[in-house]
Amino acid sequence: MSDPLANVGWVDNLVEAKALTKHFGTFEAVRGIDVEVRRGEAFGFLGPNGAGKSSTMRMISCVSGRTGGDLKVLGMDPERDGPKIRARLGVVPQLDNLDTELTVRQNLQIYGRYFGMSRQKCREKANELLEFAQLTDRADHEVEPLSGGMKRRLTIARSLVNDPELLLLDEPTTGLDPQARHLLWDRLFRLKQDGVTLIITTHYMDEAEQLCDRLVVMDGGRIAAEGSPGELISRYSTKEVLELRFQPGAEKPDLDRFAERVEVLPDRLLLYTQDGEHTLAKVHEHGVQPIQSLVRRSSLEDVFLRLTGRTLVD
Amino acid sequence: MQTLKASWFGFEKHWTWYRRNWRATVVSSFLSPLLFLLALGLGFGSQVQSTALIGGVPYLQYLAPALVVITAVQGATFESTYAIMSSFLWQKTYIGMVATPITPAQVLYGQVLWNGSQLFVRSAVFVVIAAVLGATTSPAVLWSIPFATLAGLAFSCPLIAYSATLDKPDSFNTIFRFVLMPMTLFTGAFFPVSQLPDWLLPLIWLTPAWHGIELARGTAFGTLGFLPALGHSAYLVAMAAVGLVFAARFFHRRLAV
Repeated sequence: MSDPLANVGWVDNLVEAKALTKHFGTFEAVRGIDVEVRRGEAFGFLGPNGAGKSSTMRMISCVSGRTGGDLKVLGMDPERDGPKIRARLGVVPQLDNLDTELTVRQNLQIYGRYFGMSRQKCREKANELLEFAQLTDRADHEVEPLSGGMKRRLTIARSLVNDPELLLLDEPTTGLDPQARHLLWDRLFRLKQDGVTLIITTHYMDEAEQLCDRLVVMDGGRIAAEGSPGELISRYSTKEVLELRFQPGAEKPDLDRFAERVEVLPDRLLLYTQDGEHTLAKVHEHGVQPIQSLVRRSSLEDVFLRLTGRTLVD
Repeated sequence: MQTLKASWFGFEKHWTWYRRNWRATVVSSFLSPLLFLLALGLGFGSQVQSTALIGGVPYLQYLAPALVVITAVQGATFESTYAIMSSFLWQKTYIGMVATPITPAQVLYGQVLWNGSQLFVRSAVFVVIAAVLGATTSPAVLWSIPFATLAGLAFSCPLIAYSATLDKPDSFNTIFRFVLMPMTLFTGAFFPVSQLPDWLLPLIWLTPAWHGIELARGTAFGTLGFLPALGHSAYLVAMAAVGLVFAARFFHRRLAV
């Protein structure tokens, strides 16, 4: 497998997992995964709900113990050095757990105290992070009435209070409107540029493409594929996709000979091809009249469909 | 991080909240003792003939030290049910805390530290109000402050442990009605437990309220010997300790998964 970072000298693995498993009773959430996250990269876990992403994140964040396999975070064993590792991590949980009865500023300050920072240091850090999260004008408001996007930004700001080396973000933009998402992505880009290593779980392929240098596709507790977004797309999909939409319930024509691969979805056909427009022209020549057609570039969504036979967001 | 220091940060979080909201809590911590003492002590008490059984003191004075304990146990109940569940399920603040170097057990200790200090402050406020209303006889009534705190914690810790195992608050009402209510009424605060049928007594002896009331009233009127006092205290400490051990286990189970 070609690897863009392999020869750059970054051999420092912040996370190393081998045959990592997690069971809840008889349910196997994570079924033996191998993962390496290198210093300075943005690493993603892409997969649908229930793929085992969050369970993996909770093990990496040293909150939840592993059932089997090996795990090293920052070179240490979470079983033994949990608090010591957590002191150097930032965690953005899937569901906000801010102290809604405290003010924005107090949330940041008290979180700094949890890391054992002095009050003075917590005050300074809070000011800096308010700026970063663009919440300075809300600093002394209670958290409860803030919008979802603001709460999310505050949660991310809070996770940075200890200047973490590794930032874990579990579904950071789920439930946010597009504008709030872009604002958040912008903040995450800045962190990446500052050298913070990011691990992101998401079931949005655009998020994974935007943010991740490298990612694994997870499904059913296993890793289905690994690589950079570009590599995965070129390995598992074609350059372009032609989407054809038909009347609901109408019989879909057999177009296999016009594309390298055809996926049949309930409402449309996906034709995988190197040149979408060309394929569309040929389909039209053949007398097929879809009610709608669209040519687009392949995305991670297509990779996922290819690997699992299912779409990411149902 | 040492346990004490980490637990202190949990306490500090509550303190941060309290600094902003103490005015609201003061109203309730003043009002409740005031109403109780006025209605039951002065109002109802004016119709009660003092007997040898209650030491021949006016009913208001008989009532005061016990009411401190009862109020503490009631306060402890509310602080150990919905508030705990919310920190796990609704606000999820505990989940945020264990993502830091703080461990689940330290989250618990911080909570208990805060609950205990709240109980102490409320009990102290109660005693001051009782003194103002003439419901106290000697400075020995000050002992009801630590004893009420201890009785509150003895009930709080097992209840926190129980709350940590729940996913919905439905059973809390059952506790309020069938545990807290009888414990308030029948553990000797309003009349001597010797008036109750004998078969009921062992059940009364199990309650932290009864031990707390024996301690608070016994010390206030100087009628309690050293050994019985030690026994009652030991029971309350043991109940709190056992509750704390279970709570620590359940906090871990809940937060470290």
